[in-house]
Amino acid sequence: MPRPEDCCLSRAPSCKLIEKPSVMQDTGMQQETGNMDSTETSRPSAGDTAIDVVRVSKIFPGDPEVRALDDVSVAIRRNEFFTLLGPSGCGKTTLLRLIAGFEPPSMGSLRLRDKDISRLPPNRRPINTVFQNYALFPHMSVAQNIAFGLEMLGKPRDEIAATVDEMLKLVQMEALKNRRTSEISGGQQQRVALARALAPHPEVLLLDEPLSALDLKLRKEMQIELKRLQNETGITFIFVTHDQEEALTMSDRVAVMSAGKILQIGAPREIYEAPAERFVANFIGESNFLDAELAGDTVRLKAGGSFRVAVPDGVAAGPVSVLLRPEHASVRIGEPGPEELPVQIENVVYSGDATVAHLRLSTGEAVKARMPNAPGVAPLSSGAKGAAMGIAPGGITVLKD
Amino acid sequence: MTDAISEAPRALEREAEKNDIRTRWLLATPAIVIIFLFATAPLFVMVVYSFLAPGDYGNVKWEFSLDGWTNVLVQRDIFDDTLMWADAHLSIFWRSLSLSVITTFLTLVFGVPTAWFIATQPPGRREVWLFLITVPFWTNLLVRTIAIQELIRAEGVINNTLLFVGLINAPIQMMFTDFAIAFGMTYVYLPLMVLPVYAAVEKLDFRLVEAAHDLYAGRWVAFRRVILPLIKPGIIAGSILVFIPSLGAYVTPRVLGGGKNLMFGNLIELQFGAGRNWPLGAALSLMLMAAVMVSLIYYVRVTSREQSDG
Repeated sequence: MPRPEDCCLSRAPSCKLIEKPSVMQDTGMQQETGNMDSTETSRPSAGDTAIDVVRVSKIFPGDPEVRALDDVSVAIRRNEFFTLLGPSGCGKTTLLRLIAGFEPPSMGSLRLRDKDISRLPPNRRPINTVFQNYALFPHMSVAQNIAFGLEMLGKPRDEIAATVDEMLKLVQMEALKNRRTSEISGGQQQRVALARALAPHPEVLLLDEPLSALDLKLRKEMQIELKRLQNETGITFIFVTHDQEEALTMSDRVAVMSAGKILQIGAPREIYEAPAERFVANFIGESNFLDAELAGDTVRLKAGGSFRVAVPDGVAAGPVSVLLRPEHASVRIGEPGPEELPVQIENVVYSGDATVAHLRLSTGEAVKARMPNAPGVAPLSSGAKGAAMGIAPGGITVLKD
Repeated sequence: MTDAISEAPRALEREAEKNDIRTRWLLATPAIVIIFLFATAPLFVMVVYSFLAPGDYGNVKWEFSLDGWTNVLVQRDIFDDTLMWADAHLSIFWRSLSLSVITTFLTLVFGVPTAWFIATQPPGRREVWLFLITVPFWTNLLVRTIAIQELIRAEGVINNTLLFVGLINAPIQMMFTDFAIAFGMTYVYLPLMVLPVYAAVEKLDFRLVEAAHDLYAGRWVAFRRVILPLIKPGIIAGSILVFIPSLGAYVTPRVLGGGKNLMFGNLIELQFGAGRNWPLGAALSLMLMAAVMVSLIYYVRVTSREQSDG
């Protein structure tokens, strides 16, 4: 069943971005958890907001002009692992560059702990970036790269040496400290880039798809590594990716972006289980979309069957689109029971831990059902007629689109 | 048995290798012949001439003499045969050196921002700018130098404009000064600085500049600590390309410096012309070449040490 906080998944302006803090701050500022008061006054207080993006737009001139960001607002909490997720060209990297200070916003403002930083140049923001291509200085050694930010801040020499050693240890690169950056592997360069950005101990660390150049195995390792570093350093991480799996496994919260707008902000579970829009549902995980009719808090699928649902704000009674995740659907041979739908099995794909059945409903809609394989369960055969599809309780989510 | 089997292909391989080497030599022959005929042989002639005595009406007498070399540094007084330093040669050498350094410096000052400007233009426009930079190469050097004369002479464009505006009352003497030579050489050699620096800036990854700013470097520090080291090869290449021909420059000092402000190239020319001292001219030429070679070797040493230092 959807939880009460699901109202915040909608983009209704009255409750945008207000959620209970998932990470308590070391400032001693305790905020009541579960405070779901959806009024303007309950914006997160300055003490636990690291970056506040207020109605920011970014327009690149040209013919036609490109609206890379369109009235985006988001409050990123301190100590949070926050992910901007979206397909390429959705504006996530532009938002990151605005926070870093490489571009000024066309409209709106950026605040860092209640201080307006919109016009501050990047070298005067306590924010560091891990670049997509790492952007390590090729004429410097690993240690010199890590020391660069500290030198620019005018730290004393012995403090720089100590911090560099500490950072090298943190990313397990002590042995390669005097190597040139061109002499180390991609994964090692990644670590150096991280160490270099973390060394000045910024308030916010920005990561621009830092794992996209690594192979799958290394990427998995680095995901765990990044999460560990974020826990150890207590620095706010803003992570940009187009990889939904990466976003779900690492983040405290995820913002899903498309065409310069943030469509939904929430914990990975909320984003996956209760996507607000069809785009979000489609972008994250596998989805079946079905036509249905909403009346009160009940949807009636075109293909048959009625389900109680939580109705998001702004969805009126009438024809709606609903989401059914493949793992919430199951199929068996036999006559459909009262809560089940008659289906035809078109194809069955065995994939080791699970079996995916491609089904067709009586309305002609195609549905995928993904069932875990268990010992002693008779395999399904494709082409079988007279099958029944069951839907897990709470498996139907109403979308607004 | 096994040896015989493995030997056979090896022998074939050796044979193929031999053929390969022979083909390579054959292909290189025309180049070798040209280099020998037009570079090595004249150089050899110069070396031989520098150890001969000057002929009465130019040319050389075929008798061994070290005068060509000693005359570079010292000269014998005509009346009492005492030796004294050849002040004229030394001051001319010094002027050549300092004017070349100034020229190199000025081309750096004007060339690096120009190269930077071109390299940061959108690709289509870059080509137009590069094209404009290379246009002067199509015109004869003498013609271009005379054009500069037209700009800076007493009744030239600059003086006339300043007089017309009323900034000056009398024309400024610019012709036949070291300023005129430096101005002319800067103009002539500027493209040789712009092009290699452009190539370096164009290769520069601007994300590194962003990274420097991100790590709290201001504009100037980012330039000094990140941009400059990365475009240094282009700057050094450009400096060499400007400095070496400046040292031996001949046409520009002749036209813009008049007869008074000689540079090394003019001094050499003088020995083969009115001076009628070919051995001295040969020795001076070889000295200039040696100076250039020594500075180049020094440069290679320094840069290779820097690279191995990491």
